[in-house]
Amino acid sequence: MNDGAALEVRGISKSFGRLRVLDGIDLTIPGRTTTAILGPSGCGKTTLLRLVAGFERSDGGTISIAGRSVQGSGRSTPPNRRDVGYVAQEGALFPHLDVRANIGFGLARWPAGRKAKRSRVEQLIELVGLDRGHAARHPHELSGGQQQRVALARALARRPSLVLLDEPFSSLDASARVSTRTAVAAALREEGVTTLLVTHDQSEALALADQVAVMVAGRFRQVAPGPEIYLRPIDLECARLLGAGSTLQGRAAGDWVECALGRLPLADSAPFTSAAVFIRPEQVTVHSGTAAVVTAVDYLGADKLAAIRLPSGEVVEARLAGTAALAAGDQVDVRVEGTVLAFASLDALGAKANSG
Amino acid sequence: MRSLPPLRLLACALAVAVFASIPLISILSYGFRVGWDEIRPLVLRPLIGELLLNTLWLCATATAGCIALGLGLAWILERTSLPFAALWRALLAAPLAIPAFINSYAWITVRPELDGLKAATIVTVLSYYPFVLLPVAATLRGLDPALEESARALGTGPVRTFLRVVLPQLRTPILGGGLLVSLHLLAEYGAIEQLRYPTFATAIIAQYESTFASTAANVLAGVLVACCLVLVTLEVFLRGRARTARVGSGASRSRPRIRLGWWAIPVTAGVAGVVALGIGVPAYSVTHWLTYTGADSWTLGEIAPVVWSTLKLGAAASVIAVAVGFPVAWLAVRYRSALTTALERTTYLASSLPGVVVGLALVTASIRYARPLYQTTPLIIAAYVMLFLPRAMVNLRSAIQQAPPSLDQASRALGQSALATFLRVTIPLAAPGILAAMALVFLAVTTELTATLLLAPTGTHTLATEFWAATSEIDYPGAAPYAVCMIVLSTPAAWLLLRQSHFTGASYE
Repeated sequence: MNDGAALEVRGISKSFGRLRVLDGIDLTIPGRTTTAILGPSGCGKTTLLRLVAGFERSDGGTISIAGRSVQGSGRSTPPNRRDVGYVAQEGALFPHLDVRANIGFGLARWPAGRKAKRSRVEQLIELVGLDRGHAARHPHELSGGQQQRVALARALARRPSLVLLDEPFSSLDASARVSTRTAVAAALREEGVTTLLVTHDQSEALALADQVAVMVAGRFRQVAPGPEIYLRPIDLECARLLGAGSTLQGRAAGDWVECALGRLPLADSAPFTSAAVFIRPEQVTVHSGTAAVVTAVDYLGADKLAAIRLPSGEVVEARLAGTAALAAGDQVDVRVEGTVLAFASLDALGAKANSG
Repeated sequence: MRSLPPLRLLACALAVAVFASIPLISILSYGFRVGWDEIRPLVLRPLIGELLLNTLWLCATATAGCIALGLGLAWILERTSLPFAALWRALLAAPLAIPAFINSYAWITVRPELDGLKAATIVTVLSYYPFVLLPVAATLRGLDPALEESARALGTGPVRTFLRVVLPQLRTPILGGGLLVSLHLLAEYGAIEQLRYPTFATAIIAQYESTFASTAANVLAGVLVACCLVLVTLEVFLRGRARTARVGSGASRSRPRIRLGWWAIPVTAGVAGVVALGIGVPAYSVTHWLTYTGADSWTLGEIAPVVWSTLKLGAAASVIAVAVGFPVAWLAVRYRSALTTALERTTYLASSLPGVVVGLALVTASIRYARPLYQTTPLIIAAYVMLFLPRAMVNLRSAIQQAPPSLDQASRALGQSALATFLRVTIPLAAPGILAAMALVFLAVTTELTATLLLAPTGTHTLATEFWAATSEIDYPGAAPYAVCMIVLSTPAAWLLLRQSHFTGASYE
């Protein structure tokens, strides 16, 4: 395996007709790591994946995989010579082949003996945590989660330099999603393969990726390890894409910001005064008092999400233990733990700030 | 949870299934009554072997031709940058509007020396290739592009991807279309008779003309029925094994087409060539004969009553076919079980028999058991309903699926009675499918030749019988106006079939 960059994307742009989908994308994925592209639907993340796979051609820019140029200066390597594995949103298993034949599909021209191929297939079945009894089944006899595992095994079979996952869990129901994600993560780790994952689900991106690239409207806003983006998002949009939070109007001064919840310490000093203060619900604690009113409580099982109206009329969300006794209409006091984030704000932002 | 079907509905469907089986029962019981000793010398004779060989040869050559032409054209239409693809698709489907016996008439006009297997193959391929083209094109269009993309990402080149991934998905429409073509070839009488190539269908009519509804004719029909049943069984088997359904339900995205570049010229020329042979030749011939002696060789006064009686027969048959098919389709969709599926299949099975067999069976049965019905309009309408019930059923099925039970329940929960729900929810949603079912039966009746020849009451003339009478007397100019009427009446049906295949995608049945 190559120790340098497994994927190197430079200045990629793509338009469909007059619609500019990607606008000057740069991305480097170090070998044996996982990068997730996180963004709202329609931001261009799937298009980027398809350009890397070779299903579409970019308008400009270069792509190289494992040090080999596959796109650039007008030349484009066809997908079958790119040395990538690809897992489509719905698996795209071949309906006329059983599980074994699906996994072995790409091995037809693999320079290895029949026996080596067969043992590779068996190894993959085990790797992705499939039941051996399912090996002779056809795709329509498998659950969605099992289909995705087969699709991953099939993509890994030829030991590609790079595996591309296109929202591989989005078609699964909630329970299958977590177990499939865990199995996929384990398989990718064990194979030590470089992975590019496209998703709109922040928990998926945070759970699987070493590096998260937040994409909005065809451009990367921030590319960094997941925890860093969660704790130090570059702007309000990145902050919200990585998880829920409440926004309050405030006035920043150096390392502090003044808002409806009092004077709070900032994670980074702010070079502006008019600020949008972003507070994650787990930072908000509730105490006995009369300053604020609980307007709604969502019971989520392990925890509760409470909406609390402050004297300023603004609303903050607080995450509480599921056992906490709290109901709509209760009067409480609210405090904030830890440092908060402040972004330069236009006053207009305040109007829709509370939606979280 | 599935409730049991209402008994009254079940009784209706059972009656329909029995009705549709009358020709089959008639042929079989005839055999039992006469006994093997009398049948054996009629079956085990050289003529039967010769007819069997002729029929199978035609089935083999014409079906192979239809598959090759249909598959190639479907790929060009769906996967290349052929200019004006929508126009070509419509033109390539147009032979659906031209009955095969009009096509053979057109070819004899251009090349009077045509006869035998080669001529029969050319004419029937040009008439029936859309039966392969349309389902294959629909499946190609409906295939999840991610399948091919995945194969490419797995290191498979474009040609091998087609062979290993695409072609296996096309197996069902190719074989299904091929079997449909074979069934049509077994039943085809007019075109093959004109080209002087003896098959079972032509031999049965010849036998009928010389010895009426004799044992010899019924034995020939029995062998033909056996051939049909083999094909239908094959088809049932094939559908049972089909595994082409898309797994998962992701949105299809449009796929890039192969850029033809300079290849566009020869490819377009080839497609245009097929169109020229398929609809250019009939158009030329019909125009040629229409203008041959001027308009005075035929008069509106002669044609109008024939059109009128054809329309009446078509209207009656289509209304009855839909009324009769509705309970069966309703049960098959809403109360799916082994029993209701079997009832539905029975109507298909019985109706896969050729018009010549249905006609002969009804003649034989009515003479023996229902003499007053012989040579009456109700009997010929019954034959049409038996023959074309499947065309109604396919559309009724999808029509009823447009109105799922959840909508019924919503309506009932909003205080509507069962009847009001049926009238206000089910019927409006199913209406387009019901109308399509009626239209298809109607149009099939207007071009039906073989059963009509056997069953039409004396004095009843249809477009097909008048056309046939004229061509039999080599009065080609006199046949032309009837040909035009039939083509014009068939065009809406062809358009319906084209549209359906365009929108059903991979769910083609």
